[in-house]
Amino acid sequence: MEPTGVPDAAYYQRVVDCQWACPAHTDVPEYVRLVGQGRYGEAYLVNRATNVFPGILGRTCDRPCEPACRRGRVDEEPVAICRLKRVAADLRGDVSDRLPKAPRVPNGKRVAAVGCGPASLAVANDLLPLGYAVTIFEGATEPGGLMRSSIPAFRLPLEVLDAETAAVVDMGAEVRYGQPVASLARLLEAGYDAVFVGSGAPRGKDLDVPGRHEGDADAHVHVSLDWLASVAFRHTTAIGRRVLVIGVGNTAMDCCRTARRIGGTEVTVVARRPRAFFRASPWELQDAMEEGIGLLTERAPRRFVVEHGHLVGVELDELEWDERAEHSRVVGSTFLPADDVVLAIGQENAFPWIERDLGIDFGGADLPVVDAVTMSSTRPGVFFGGDAAFGPQNIVWAVAHGHEAAISIDLHCRDLPVTTRPSLQGSLVSQRLSLSQWSYANDFNPVGRQETPRVALERRFAELGVEVELDLTAEQVAREIQRCLNCDVQTQFRASRCVECDACVDICPVGGLTITEDGPEAAVRARLTVPPAGGAEPFYVSEPLPQTRRIMVKDEDLCVHCGLCAERCPTAAWDMAKLVLVQPRAGAIGRAVTVG
Amino acid sequence: MPSIAKPLVPRAPLPRNALGLTVRDYEGPMSTLCAGCGHDSTTAALVQALWQSSIEPHRVVKLSGIGCSSKTPTYFLRGAHGFNSVHGRMVPIATGANAANRDLLYLGISGDGDALSIGLGHLCHGIRRNVRLVHLIENNGVYGLTKGQFSPGADRGSASPRGERNDLSPIDPMLLGLSLGATFLARGFSADKVHLVPLLEAAFAHRGFALIDVISPCVQFNNHVGSTKSYAATRAREVQVTDLLAPIAPAAGPPLAGTVPDGGVLDVPMAGGGELRFRSVPPGYDPTDRTSVAVHLAEHAGRGEVPTGLLFVDESVPDVHERHRSTQQPLNDVPFEQLCPGAGTLDAIQAAYR
Repeated sequence: MEPTGVPDAAYYQRVVDCQWACPAHTDVPEYVRLVGQGRYGEAYLVNRATNVFPGILGRTCDRPCEPACRRGRVDEEPVAICRLKRVAADLRGDVSDRLPKAPRVPNGKRVAAVGCGPASLAVANDLLPLGYAVTIFEGATEPGGLMRSSIPAFRLPLEVLDAETAAVVDMGAEVRYGQPVASLARLLEAGYDAVFVGSGAPRGKDLDVPGRHEGDADAHVHVSLDWLASVAFRHTTAIGRRVLVIGVGNTAMDCCRTARRIGGTEVTVVARRPRAFFRASPWELQDAMEEGIGLLTERAPRRFVVEHGHLVGVELDELEWDERAEHSRVVGSTFLPADDVVLAIGQENAFPWIERDLGIDFGGADLPVVDAVTMSSTRPGVFFGGDAAFGPQNIVWAVAHGHEAAISIDLHCRDLPVTTRPSLQGSLVSQRLSLSQWSYANDFNPVGRQETPRVALERRFAELGVEVELDLTAEQVAREIQRCLNCDVQTQFRASRCVECDACVDICPVGGLTITEDGPEAAVRARLTVPPAGGAEPFYVSEPLPQTRRIMVKDEDLCVHCGLCAERCPTAAWDMAKLVLVQPRAGAIGRAVTVG
Repeated sequence: MPSIAKPLVPRAPLPRNALGLTVRDYEGPMSTLCAGCGHDSTTAALVQALWQSSIEPHRVVKLSGIGCSSKTPTYFLRGAHGFNSVHGRMVPIATGANAANRDLLYLGISGDGDALSIGLGHLCHGIRRNVRLVHLIENNGVYGLTKGQFSPGADRGSASPRGERNDLSPIDPMLLGLSLGATFLARGFSADKVHLVPLLEAAFAHRGFALIDVISPCVQFNNHVGSTKSYAATRAREVQVTDLLAPIAPAAGPPLAGTVPDGGVLDVPMAGGGELRFRSVPPGYDPTDRTSVAVHLAEHAGRGEVPTGLLFVDESVPDVHERHRSTQQPLNDVPFEQLCPGAGTLDAIQAAYR
């Protein structure tokens, strides 16, 4: 097989599954260790360096890291990464002196951003310290975008949102509140060096079925995002007793739980598909069920029933689905009485304010054509990010887009091509303190995932803003951090030192190492100590070993990073070395670096 | 010594043997030997062989004397019986235990110091009696536990880390065993499990005394340039004379005992059922012919080579129980009245001699 050679940062990063799965590439193992050491401020800053909003994301993130977590492969459940992020944020203390700051002398370039949501704020966060003047145009009167208007306060307290948005704005961004951009052409005429569009996907989808506008239906049928915003800004403070929520995504979960708190005592969620095919995150669905939300699956609204000018309910088609829930047929109908109906069937982009003759091409679904790497539109100098770029995604994606867009804006403003981007850089640092001592806790703790404590049900409905989830207790944190396998502490092998004594092969608790004759990949795989499970993890293949010319093969899939191979190695051919990554950021010089 | 015990990872997908056990069920507590010690790899080979042979852990007795090697029984098969005897006295203890219960597998682990100096006399008589014992010599050429003095396994001319040369002749347990009428002689290398594990499996099935000389380098005192028992020197000197092709399986056809066909494949029927299928690497090497094996080994030794593989096997010799026609039952299964029939019976026996 082809030797892996000296693996580069990209190889080693793949081993850190959580970091690889996170769009913003947050250094999870590092902050988990810092939380374990009680260094919450540092843990917060490690988070903030990549995801900008640790307190917000520690509550609301869709957690792409957790399904990827190695712990989930060797144990029942992944590490509660997201909740440990929240712990770091909540206990960080005052870190204001360690946040990035804008230089006293600006660099003379002006950047405009449309919308003051996570994407624009991430752009401002990266560009302000480089001396850019960033002007953000926002229709609302406060920063945050959809984080403020559509995430209910019982999931994201306002003080958390205020603190983390202020940390960016206070760096020196000029936010023009109450000034939605009505025309991109006019904004472009204002002579900004670059424009970033982070205006989100602010329009909830409506449902055009009979009765939608009959009688008083318009007053009692609400569209998710508008309704959530209206509740968030206290324009709406009540809803009828019986509420139907149409749709079963995460927004639907926010809608039904909000309704439950402002007067809806009989709230039912209506889903088209069977439960196994829901789009909502399992934990959000679980929270809703816990709060007594009803669930009706395999039903689709046929018409709103209005009698004597009043909405009385919804007539639903009963659906029968094939096995993979791709095709359905109507098998009957149900009538459900309702005082109010909330439509949470998705959200759309809306760019009525972008003239179509500006050189900005639009593709399907009325979305702009945006380069997935540079975030550039087809018009040089105009960049997109967040939900505005590729449709509705999670907050952490918006942040990742913001970082990339900031790199592009910086390059654009320096008259450099946006395609010559700074690359991921990394180095390996040995974690050995003595023969059998490491700088990290290398033992495998079989403890199970700690459950997030929640406020008692009766207290949740007292006030709209009572946060449901609580921080893990100190004892839970102490256990949960030990579940992290420190995947960033990499097994590093130096073939030239190996005497082929088999010590590492024997001691590996998951049988992940093999010394065997070289040959075609299929033959080598057939000779592995434990047959590979076929995961997405890379295989490490060494150079031929000095004494027999055989090769060392490591299957990274189940490695628990216990370091026993390195402790048992008589010649220090194995070492445990931490991968220190430097993420590409605006202002960095583009160069490719390998690690050794 | 490692900082942590080898963790049990809940979902590591380990295969199971006929008893439903994984290889981890054949392990023991963490070794306290030096990192990279050959003995730990030998232990791992034993774990592998016992697991592959689906031997029930509680049917095994681990025995040893004194030395680094003699610490190793602790580090595998935590469910087995064990006896750590005084220096060199492992074979007599095993002989006695075997006399009391012939149903168990006796696994003796010794070093070249323990077995070839203080215990040499016992080893010789154990071989002569053909006690059913798997006797491993973890041979590293030094007394590791007392800081690396030359042992009886050290080759003439081999150097210590400080450069002193050993000028005494080594005791070759294989040549010694041949001269004493041994019935199973094999040599392996701790860092070559592909060949060591089948030798161990074959030894478990042997009818009598199985002596296995395992070259097992001492990383601390005998793994340097100038040593003849380092990892590198062993690899350079090793000459494989037989290769076990198939694990022990019940005989499919008529056994081919004692004949080496043209292809060099040899099937040896084992007393416990099944047979061993070997390939002679130098065509014509016949591990059932005591005289030609002696010649081969002497020639290899003269060239400074280390022949490995199944060197000699003879399944025709009865073990100590068969020769004494002693009870088939373990003594703990014999009813007390029968085991200890009382003074009246003794009187009757004595009267018969008056």
